[in-house]
Amino acid sequence: MEAFFQQLVNGIAWGGIYALIALGYTMVYGVLKLINFAHGEVYMMGAMSGYYSARWLGLSERPGAASLLAALGIAMAFCAALGAAIERVAYRPLRRAPRLAPLITAIGVSLFFQNAGQLVFGADPKVAPQLLETREVLRFGEVGVTNLQLVILGVASALCVALTFVVQRTRVGRAMRAVAFDRETAALMGVPIDRVIAFTFALGSALAAAAGILVSLSNPKVDPLMGLMPGLKAFVAAVLGGIGSLPGAMLGGVLMGIAETLVAGYLSSTYRDAIAFVILIVILVLRPAGLLGHAAKEKV
Amino acid sequence: MPAERRLPRGLHAVALLLALFAFDRAVALLHNPYFSQVLVLVAVNVILAVSLNLILGFTGQFSLGHAGFFGIGMYVAAAISVHAGGPILAFLHEVLHLPLPAGRTLFFLLLLGAGGAAAAATGVVVGLPSLRLQGDYLAIATLGFGEIIRIVILNIEAVGGARGLSVVSSIPAYDVRYEGLFAVYTVAVASILLVARLVYSTRGRAYLAVRDDEIAVESLGTSPTRVKTEAFVVGAALAGVAGVLFSQSQGYVHTNSFTFLRSVEAVAFVVLGGMGSITGSILAASALTVAPELLRSVADYRMVAYSLVMIGMMLLRPEGLFGTRELTLGGLRRLLGRRTRVAGTTP
Repeated sequence: MEAFFQQLVNGIAWGGIYALIALGYTMVYGVLKLINFAHGEVYMMGAMSGYYSARWLGLSERPGAASLLAALGIAMAFCAALGAAIERVAYRPLRRAPRLAPLITAIGVSLFFQNAGQLVFGADPKVAPQLLETREVLRFGEVGVTNLQLVILGVASALCVALTFVVQRTRVGRAMRAVAFDRETAALMGVPIDRVIAFTFALGSALAAAAGILVSLSNPKVDPLMGLMPGLKAFVAAVLGGIGSLPGAMLGGVLMGIAETLVAGYLSSTYRDAIAFVILIVILVLRPAGLLGHAAKEKV
Repeated sequence: MPAERRLPRGLHAVALLLALFAFDRAVALLHNPYFSQVLVLVAVNVILAVSLNLILGFTGQFSLGHAGFFGIGMYVAAAISVHAGGPILAFLHEVLHLPLPAGRTLFFLLLLGAGGAAAAATGVVVGLPSLRLQGDYLAIATLGFGEIIRIVILNIEAVGGARGLSVVSSIPAYDVRYEGLFAVYTVAVASILLVARLVYSTRGRAYLAVRDDEIAVESLGTSPTRVKTEAFVVGAALAGVAGVLFSQSQGYVHTNSFTFLRSVEAVAFVVLGGMGSITGSILAASALTVAPELLRSVADYRMVAYSLVMIGMMLLRPEGLFGTRELTLGGLRRLLGRRTRVAGTTP
């Protein structure tokens, strides 16, 4: 039983990372009805920028909260710009094209970052410098919680709260919801569509960058292909929670993290990657709108 | 038109086989196993591209799991030849007293049939639930199935698991290095003709119609799900056939040969060649298979180039590759032109 709770704790921390990535997918899907396949690569670039900023600024020599915040800030700012740039170059020109077109450019962008990344950064995994020292801070019987897990959950929750505030309580958030609801009508009401969509990408990409930094805290292996699987799984998490729904993405992310660690712990770690896709197919067949989503009627 | 073409068509087939045989002999004269191997890879990739084009280009269903079916064909053929190859060949030669070449050919056909059938059956299982989904959901669901197929095979000990499976050592391999090109290219040409015939048949009109307007198809009393599943299963079976050829020519199979990237590669062939253009797929698949071999020194940039080509193609002429009304007509005219050209390869 202790082992089960330990897996649960690990799963929830891991799920926090999925939740952060899933939020970006769900926001972009909300405004553009597009699966941003390049989102996993933005997460990778977040981890990479964390790695390089930690090395160049010497953050790893002074591990602690300040270094972590600095790395987070740099990575989030960099990826926000990157996300907006990807939208500008690869998706905006295709706003009116058939829906397959931006999907294919999205895959193209994703491939580009994976392979250009291998050329620029090298294909071998890099060991991310330690920004925090691991130690166990909480213990319930046999179940231990490390400070890293608490930091991951804390940062992830704080970002989720901040995001909810931005989307629900600010002008730009209201504009985002308007665009998601009906883009054309929003444009008629004077909402600057292009800027709102760019902002949505920037916001989602910043969250993915944060996920990249957090993941390299506990799993310090950074390489150009690291975004592929987490990206796909976070998308599955977004679908599980109900794509377009922010609480859904958070819930889906945590559930996905738990499912994955339990499968790895009790079945076989080789099936770890399969469970996400099994969940995806089950949810698409049984409840395509997701756990917290609303089914949309198809208009003829 | 069929009446006046009835006689020449039989001659066409004979001439086509003769041309393939001459091609096979010509390559064998070069005594270059590497060159033959590249030519086999070209054929494999052409089948992959054309079969995906049937699903993606002609029926408009975005599948990102095509490599999964390729893998099924690959592993079914490998498993049969490793675990049952000896007894089956012995049965053919010693019990039925078939001459050696006939026995081998029969065995090869058996592998093709088994690989194709297994991939088709998987195609039904994958297609029925996922083809109810639209566009991007379908893409991600097929991607999921492709990965599940790979991970399941990776965990089957009987086919070597993560070690892969050596095919050559245990079977009297159908030698696809020199003599085999005839067989490989006959299979490839047959697959291409199958897709071409299917797409231009009355039945094939339904595929194009589903791509262009699913709701209209439904309102005319044809079930889009049935049409889509049909195209999907045929495409999957052909991908399985490509997998059989691949496993028999490589002598070694491993799950790394059909990762997500292979599916993406197949999509790149189709997108580059033009969605809904069979000759386009053939040219793109051949060019993208041969080019990295010629440019070994810059092979690292291959995937970067793929990605840029995919993005650039969509940005510069997205409509050119899709079926807006007049472009569909233009595309059809192109396709008709190509049909005579396919027939034209047989003098």
